[in-house]
Amino acid sequence: MLLSFRKQITFSRISLVVFLTGIGIFMLLPIIFLFNNAFKPLNELFLFPPRIFVQHPTMYNFEQLFLHTSAGVVPFTRYLFNSVFIALITTFSVLIVSTMAGYVLSKHRFHFKAFIMGAILIALMFTPETVAIPRYLIVSGLGLKNSYLAHILPFLASPVAVFLMKQFIDQIPTPLIEAAKLDGATDMYIFIRIIIPLTSPAVATAAIITFQTVYMDVEGSTLYMTKETMKTLAYYVEAMTLNIPGVAQISIASSIGLLMFLPNLIIFLLFQRKMIQTMLHSGVK
Amino acid sequence: MKTVSPTEVVVSQPSAPIVSYGVRLRQFARECWSDRLSYLFLAPFLLCFICFIIVPVIIAILLSLTSFNGFDFPRFIGVSNFIYMFTQDVVFMKYTIPNTLKFAIVVGPGGYIFSFIFAWLIHQLPKSIRDYFSLALYAPSMVAGVALTMVWTATFSGDSIGYLNQILLSLGIIESPQLWLQDPKYLMTIMIIVTMWTSMGVGFLAMLGGLQTVNTELYEAGRIDGIKNNLQEVYYITIPSMKPQMLFSAVMAIVGAIKAGSISSGLTGMTITPQYAGHVINNHIYDYAFLRYEWGYASALSVVLLLLSYTIMKLCYKVFGTKEDE
Repeated sequence: MLLSFRKQITFSRISLVVFLTGIGIFMLLPIIFLFNNAFKPLNELFLFPPRIFVQHPTMYNFEQLFLHTSAGVVPFTRYLFNSVFIALITTFSVLIVSTMAGYVLSKHRFHFKAFIMGAILIALMFTPETVAIPRYLIVSGLGLKNSYLAHILPFLASPVAVFLMKQFIDQIPTPLIEAAKLDGATDMYIFIRIIIPLTSPAVATAAIITFQTVYMDVEGSTLYMTKETMKTLAYYVEAMTLNIPGVAQISIASSIGLLMFLPNLIIFLLFQRKMIQTMLHSGVK
Repeated sequence: MKTVSPTEVVVSQPSAPIVSYGVRLRQFARECWSDRLSYLFLAPFLLCFICFIIVPVIIAILLSLTSFNGFDFPRFIGVSNFIYMFTQDVVFMKYTIPNTLKFAIVVGPGGYIFSFIFAWLIHQLPKSIRDYFSLALYAPSMVAGVALTMVWTATFSGDSIGYLNQILLSLGIIESPQLWLQDPKYLMTIMIIVTMWTSMGVGFLAMLGGLQTVNTELYEAGRIDGIKNNLQEVYYITIPSMKPQMLFSAVMAIVGAIKAGSISSGLTGMTITPQYAGHVINNHIYDYAFLRYEWGYASALSVVLLLLSYTIMKLCYKVFGTKEDE
């Protein structure tokens, strides 16, 4: 296949690149739109006929965001703090918990292992939305309402992260770990000094996936939080866009849209190569 | 009087099977104890897994057999919820099921096939420029959710400021602005297009990874064996070689399709869409759970959804599952 391509480097390859570039631009349209809208002054947001590209970029929307919301009951910065705090803590905990589970499921032998693996494989298709009511009952039963734990704990049960970790650790040679054991290394030492450094691509991938899910999540804020001060930025955006938008709100919404997207993009760009590397081992066998 | 401990009784029993049970049980306990570190490592995940996934599913199944309004204690009513669902719930039969099927059949397999086609096309490019294209295709799934509704509401806005209206007006295709999101005729189509846009997620990346694992020597061998074109190559070599990744992304496609179901309320800003045009099972569950507080019936609906996705997943395992001898 590669050979055949080198021969016909001229036409088919160029047309493929052109075609994919077209598709790529088409796919990127909403993002281009998001970036431009965030910097449009008010009169351009309501311009007729509408333009995608911004003519006179300003920071007006961001100023509005800070001014308008700092006067409100809960300042915007509080939502932002909640979101960033929760996303960081959750991502970190998910990584630790999933790597530990993945290591044990991959390299240790014990009873129930096959059973637990089977449960995880089925749970890969699990979506929290389907069982929102029982989850709500459990969270309020445990007395976690209006606490950060209710934002964090449900995400720790992440079958996808554990699965990716397990598949990745599978390809670390077992003799390496046995050799370390012969030299007197404890399980804890093996885990910290061998497993964690070798799994960095999988860790990066799980980090991207988890961060995105947590940062975008509104379920936690809508269902488990009654105090406005405990809600997240994603919830604030949703509340903002679901209300009938006035002039000020459109301007704030467009700046906040960019704020919702940027952290995801930055994290993805940082870890992109490692992500593909992990996906080499993502197969379900 | 001599007291006899239960274990002694067991050991002193002459019948062989009981002895072996007792011994086995003790050995089992000893093995569990010697594996305690494994269980300790697994504990944090397992606890959350049980708490927030297994128990909720069990509770949902139990609640589906009750009538429960969230305040009084659930009252057991057997399978009446399910009977009501399939015989009397007019909205469910008339709108929810057809809409859900239409949405799921287009978005699930559609997104899956597109993911594969684009992953394959990108794989044909030289390594140096691959990353840019995969980023471009993956990017929409990063914006998915709340931020995206803003983009779409502006694009499909019903007045002439909406981008789509503006383009179509200037091309002369329509004569007056269309209420894209409020018109039942268009809503479903728009929902499908928007979801397809964001469907190149983790599954797409898994396929990109999978394509790299295919042994390139197989292509040479295939050509000797008489494979003529790329299509045959994909069918006979590429897909069988990356079955595990295909299966993983199939599961992710199912998850994506279920999650995307609630997009209609994001687009229209209404929980119940006009004339139930975009009413899929997610909205139906939300309606009964958080607007009518009929939690028993809502749970029955979620059980149906869980069963449905489980069946589809089993089907995917049948198609892409690796046999023992492979």
